[in-house]
Amino acid sequence: MEPSLIVAIVAIWPEILITATIIAVTIVGLLAKDKREVVYPALLGIAGAAGIDASLFFFQKSPLFYGMIALDPLSAFFKMVFLLAAFLVVLFSMASKEVSQSVSPEEYYASLLGATLGMCLLASSLNLVMIYISLELTSISSYILTASMRESRRSSEAGLKYSLYGAIASGVMIYGMSLLYGMTGSLYLTEIGTKLQGMSVPSQGLIIALMFVLVGFGFKISMVPFHMWAPDVYEGAPLPITAFLSVGPKAAGFAVLIRFLYTAFANPWAIPGATEGQWQYLSGIDWPDAIAWMAALTMTVGNLAAIAQTNLKRLLAYSSIAQAGYMLVGVVCLSSTGLEAVLFYVAVYLFMNLGAFLVVMVVKNSLDTEELEGYRGLGVRAPFLAAGMTIFLFALTGIPPLSGFMGKVLLFGALIKEELYWLAVVGVLNSVVSLYYYAGILKKMYLEGAPANLAPIIVPLSLLEKGLLIVLLGLTILFGIWPTPLMELARFSMNFFVL
Amino acid sequence: MIMEHLLSWITFFPLVGVLVILFLPGARVRAIHIVSVIATAIPLLLSVLLLMGFNSGMGSFQFVEHKTWIPTFNIEYYMGVDGLSVPMVFLTALLSFLCVFASFGIDRLQRGYFALFLILETGMIGVFCALDFFLFYVFWEIVLFPMYFLIGIWGGPRREYAAIKFFLYTLFGSVLMLLVILALYFNSADPATGKHTFNMVTLMDQRSHGPWLKNFDIRLILYIGLYICFAIKVPVFPFHTWLPDAHVEAPTAISVILAGILLKMGTYGMLRVSYPILPDMAVYTSLFLAIMGMINIVYGALVSMAQKDFKKLIAYSSISHMGYVLLGMSVFTDQGMNGAVLQMFSHGLITGMLFLLVGVIYDRAHHRDLDGFGGLASQMPVYAGITSVAFMAALGLPGLSGFIAEALVFIGAFNVYRVVTIISATGVIITAAYILWTYQRVFFGSLAEKYKTLPEITTRELFTLVPLAIIVVIIGVYPMPILNIMSLTLHNLIMAVKP
Repeated sequence: MEPSLIVAIVAIWPEILITATIIAVTIVGLLAKDKREVVYPALLGIAGAAGIDASLFFFQKSPLFYGMIALDPLSAFFKMVFLLAAFLVVLFSMASKEVSQSVSPEEYYASLLGATLGMCLLASSLNLVMIYISLELTSISSYILTASMRESRRSSEAGLKYSLYGAIASGVMIYGMSLLYGMTGSLYLTEIGTKLQGMSVPSQGLIIALMFVLVGFGFKISMVPFHMWAPDVYEGAPLPITAFLSVGPKAAGFAVLIRFLYTAFANPWAIPGATEGQWQYLSGIDWPDAIAWMAALTMTVGNLAAIAQTNLKRLLAYSSIAQAGYMLVGVVCLSSTGLEAVLFYVAVYLFMNLGAFLVVMVVKNSLDTEELEGYRGLGVRAPFLAAGMTIFLFALTGIPPLSGFMGKVLLFGALIKEELYWLAVVGVLNSVVSLYYYAGILKKMYLEGAPANLAPIIVPLSLLEKGLLIVLLGLTILFGIWPTPLMELARFSMNFFVL
Repeated sequence: MIMEHLLSWITFFPLVGVLVILFLPGARVRAIHIVSVIATAIPLLLSVLLLMGFNSGMGSFQFVEHKTWIPTFNIEYYMGVDGLSVPMVFLTALLSFLCVFASFGIDRLQRGYFALFLILETGMIGVFCALDFFLFYVFWEIVLFPMYFLIGIWGGPRREYAAIKFFLYTLFGSVLMLLVILALYFNSADPATGKHTFNMVTLMDQRSHGPWLKNFDIRLILYIGLYICFAIKVPVFPFHTWLPDAHVEAPTAISVILAGILLKMGTYGMLRVSYPILPDMAVYTSLFLAIMGMINIVYGALVSMAQKDFKKLIAYSSISHMGYVLLGMSVFTDQGMNGAVLQMFSHGLITGMLFLLVGVIYDRAHHRDLDGFGGLASQMPVYAGITSVAFMAALGLPGLSGFIAEALVFIGAFNVYRVVTIISATGVIITAAYILWTYQRVFFGSLAEKYKTLPEITTRELFTLVPLAIIVVIIGVYPMPILNIMSLTLHNLIMAVKP
């Protein structure tokens, strides 16, 4: 069923275009007088790639390049998320003072595009080597981006920490992959799945191999206990990159996690008389149970640690760890309802989390602070900004009628449907805990009036900042009130490639 | 046009006011007041239309609006009212209208205050009209966040603590309800279409429940989940600790809304959701509910007696008075049930008056210490007069609405739970004691020198009180009109729960 090479090349046009853009950015960076002009080819390239990616939904799903990568709605969906994130982050970077003052634009944007390229490939990889290479492309670009403020000690420190943690995680992961290859004799996910189906007894080695691979993926999505890097890296990186790391690579981690587990370690035919949209784990390795515990741990640790934070970046770092915990619960359901919920949540999380970071960035631009204390009285000093922050935080908490609420309903609903009640209870209780620290920000902004000496300052918003804020707010509210299109898209995208 | 979508108009008209207010400059306080008055007056007029158009001889839901909202999950925009909700809708519209006048004294950030207040009204009315469980939950949650800000920004000295306590407590309750909603959804099916449903009317039909939902333990757990959610709102002992804080710290008008309407949402939820959907559990736990009612009545009254703070006293008296509602609804007799719902309505009026009256004296004396007053009857005779009406209504003097409701509750409950009823009846005596003692401390005795200049109650303040007093007297003398509205619905409810 291998389609012709022509189709294959058409199908990876988004990646080709991104690669061409990287080259273009480098050349424009060399030639242009004002190096900041490189954003225009970058924006153009990303938008073009997104446009082509949209058409990929309509192709028949198939493996490409001898089974190395997949052409299917699932990868198209995730690529769309990455490209959107990259597009928004480029706009963020244009508005950010940090970025415009202390990074060299062509390296910065080329690395950003490199990370995006890695994520796009990761979402469609069907082969362990392919997974490893694209994961490394994403990671190494991210290390560079984190350390891109060369004058800043904190940025360099964060970059170093990130790369050390990352190197260990990917080392463990590649070891797991080699074990997996040794035991099954194949690097292709589908073939591994077929092999495992034949095994009835779980082998110790297989469990260890799976665990090692999960370390690598868990690192990307900041799953507890592989989350330690996140707060430090988020704090040290320039703000647009923090925002990018909290959505892009995290979503990529989920993409590969879903594809890896649901292709190699579970299949939909194992259950006799199963209804459609059900999977069963293979050869007795109960990974859903293990991930369920990790999910519970991830959200609890993330939320409890966030309570004590006074730096907004760190606070949002822990909050995004907790959010990863919520998304993980969709992965353990072994049902298409659960996976649809993950996709829906990834998309709405993109908008609400970027929104929250946007506000942090604007505040940093004009007040030069990331500390919670700096938000005192923001409700009066910048009413629109503060109202926006309120809505993003409520969406992250899961208060209706915002999109985060819909996402949580889908996730917890999937759990209830699969009768994982304990995890659903842990999840909703965590929502209550999360309200406490999100409300801490609201308290600073609204409840504790501005200190008298600061009161008259009004935080100005540039046109770009205002536009971004309105778009992100609009989408956060829209998908809460009218979630149907996104739900249908998620449902359609679930139709992913298995053999 | 308006009559067809009457409920939507009543529910969402305040949001029109919000939009207008947000586009007004914050300095134009007068205009904001006028817009708020209009935005609450129209729903009040429409709810009078609703009262007149309501056919009390018809047992089913009326003014029904039924639209698809999220087809993927069969979520509907389903609104309708019956004899239980019509009085509540009217009460909400009336108190909201009057509270706008009581809020004219708000002296900062008026724009935000009135915008949030109007959002609050939409949420409250929506709760009383929604017949789709999902929609019900959305409205239920929409009430929370305006309340958080209204207490937190415009409240008293300990407002931050009170606001977050209220928010966390009630969110904890609501997420439990969310889980129950999801569990009901995935384990039931519309007998007609075979699809899962959030439609409350369908869920009331026991044939829609799947096999899992027929299990006794499961039903009990679900019932307890709902009970905790609603009990926090009522509040039933021992979930009442948020109430004194929130009521005392909230600005006057918000205390009125809290005590007058939000508490009723709890008992309304029990009658609308828990009773008809899980009727066997309602019967199974009825003695427990009666005992909780008894504890609320006696405990609330005793604690009231010990209060030195005028507002705190009223707050605890609310706990006591909500106990009558619980007792009345636990016995499944016509008198008891009618008494309970009449008590919900009547307590909304009476406690509204009481909080408004406390507000009047607080605005003048700037404290609420009961021992700090004395002899005010000679200084403020009109105020003393209207206060006596409210106080007499609160202690259950015949000829006023509180008496009718309490008498019906006791008549209905006596034959069912004799001991519980007798103990509860001592609450009436304690109530009389603390009310009369309070009246004596405030109005009799010698007038302190510093209060010789206290101005009399103003026309605006009287305007907020007199309509409530008139309705209290009318119901006290001739309760048939309102009893007629609700009796058939409540009779059907009893028949459905305990045939």
